[in-house]
Amino acid sequence: MNPNFLEFEQPIAELEAKIEELRLVGSGSEVNISEEVGKLQEKSISLTESIFKNLSSWQISQLSRHPRRPYMLDYIKRIFADFDELHGDRAFADDPAIVGGVTRLDDQPVMVIGHQKGREVKEKVRRNFGMPKPEGYRKALRLMEMAERFKMPILTFIDTPGAFPGIDAEERGQSEAIARNLRVMSQLKIPIIATVIGEGGSGGALAIGVCDHLQMLEFSTYSVISPEGCASILWRSADKAPDAAEAMGLTAGRLHELGIVDQVIKEPLGGAHRDYDMAADAIRKSFVKQLGILKAMDTEALLERRYERLMSYGNFTTESADS
Amino acid sequence: MSSSNWLEKILPAVRRPQETRKTNIPEGLWRKCPRCDGVMYKPELDRNLDVCPKCDHHMRIGARKRLKMFLDDGSLTEIGANLAPVDRLKFKDSKKYKDRLAAAQKDTEENDALIAMKGRLKGEDVVAVAFEFNFMGGSMGSVVGERFVRAVNVCLEHNLPLICFAASGGARMQEALFSLMQMAKTSAALEKMRQAGLPFISVLTDPVYGGVSASLAMLGDVNVAEPNALIGFAGPRVIEQTVRQKLPEGFQRSEFLLEHGAIDMIVSRHDMRDTLHRVLANMLAWPLDMNESD
Repeated sequence: MNPNFLEFEQPIAELEAKIEELRLVGSGSEVNISEEVGKLQEKSISLTESIFKNLSSWQISQLSRHPRRPYMLDYIKRIFADFDELHGDRAFADDPAIVGGVTRLDDQPVMVIGHQKGREVKEKVRRNFGMPKPEGYRKALRLMEMAERFKMPILTFIDTPGAFPGIDAEERGQSEAIARNLRVMSQLKIPIIATVIGEGGSGGALAIGVCDHLQMLEFSTYSVISPEGCASILWRSADKAPDAAEAMGLTAGRLHELGIVDQVIKEPLGGAHRDYDMAADAIRKSFVKQLGILKAMDTEALLERRYERLMSYGNFTTESADS
Repeated sequence: MSSSNWLEKILPAVRRPQETRKTNIPEGLWRKCPRCDGVMYKPELDRNLDVCPKCDHHMRIGARKRLKMFLDDGSLTEIGANLAPVDRLKFKDSKKYKDRLAAAQKDTEENDALIAMKGRLKGEDVVAVAFEFNFMGGSMGSVVGERFVRAVNVCLEHNLPLICFAASGGARMQEALFSLMQMAKTSAALEKMRQAGLPFISVLTDPVYGGVSASLAMLGDVNVAEPNALIGFAGPRVIEQTVRQKLPEGFQRSEFLLEHGAIDMIVSRHDMRDTLHRVLANMLAWPLDMNESD
């Protein structure tokens, strides 16, 4: 078992290991093995294609949290030039689980805000596994309001298991911090694009996710509760997470079908973690295109459109007689 | 109080619909206070607004009863009563969402978990909404969100203040991401209230958690709580499992929230009409109420 590959990726991992082995042997001998390596590589590609063609919702949930999946800062350095991180909520602390700052997309100044997970154990803990506390949301709000003053579009990157459920977070008003962001973002007078790059975990994700254009990477998820959380409440067993993932329809593809998500960004074959540059480039291209469209709208029309989008969410009937 | 008791208080309707029905709709004329175990004569309890006369415990009450209690007699017209839930996702866990809805509708005689009314508070026109906790734990699905927005729209149209009595376990999982989006929808509507200069008073009653707490319920110009209500973002059990620490005494109670600056005041159910009228009268320069105190 290669711990850097998920269970359903193991056949690919084994094949890749074989190719690597063959290469090592080949470099030390006279025998020409390039033909053999080429064949195996082709096989690896078609194997990956076939595995990734029919992923279940649960497999996509696992991919969205893949240990090698690119995080926000991995994208930042590939998409933008000269990112200056801005810290702190000016009231209590700086929350490393949310990163924000100013940068440029080509010539366009933008404010970038997103969840940040840590890669190694120490960094994971420092970033609190990407679970923000109220000060994180308040920092995000401070930066968003600043962006509005300086007419900088806001690009948010969503990748969190959820807002932190802790004693200190409750004491400092986790609910209020999230709620306020939702309220204020609905009327910020600049375009907002939200991109789900990994896990879109509930209110903790939405708190930086109110937007004019919602896009998701192909193997990211967005849901009201984690599959494990949903399973343990509704099925009374966290083992039913695969069923919960399926029932909630939390994948980019399904949410696009349902009309909640505007765009699905295709990932490199085998997922974003196989090729950071290619994944970043796909996001970048979408930013350029969508910002072009949104910047062309006048502010009033932009806000009206955002409000109408928000009001359109939901399914109900208006059958019976009264009111 | 032990943590398992806390848990029972938060999600009973979701977890144990059978038991909840028993405790909330008692047979006969006697009812036991869940806090002090005191036995009360039901008509007397009704007269006391479902507050235990012995220990002042504010029992959970239904949405319609709440609004009737709060608004002037004979002044109520319902908003968005024709809205009914649909199961777009064909959601099925151990039960079908459709069946859960049907059971909740039969149980509560409501078609979803929020009731909205236009009415009068001591003669002044207001809009008030209340969550029905017995309807799937007062969870916020599409109908709850839409009714809330329609209540806001009535306020915007007629220049009225909005009062919300929240009692909810949070988002409705069976409506998945549509449910989450109700948080953004209701919060955006409240921003319109703000821009129009209309007050929103949020009354937090036992319990308010998750997606309702982290959206409309915390956005009051004035946030009020009934005594001893449980209010938070994450449930105590989730927090305990995450931080592996004992929760402090009184954690997430109204008094805790007041101390930490999350709410403006704790108001007894008996004083709700008087207090909210007084606060709104000052915000909207209503004529002062000279005669009444009921």
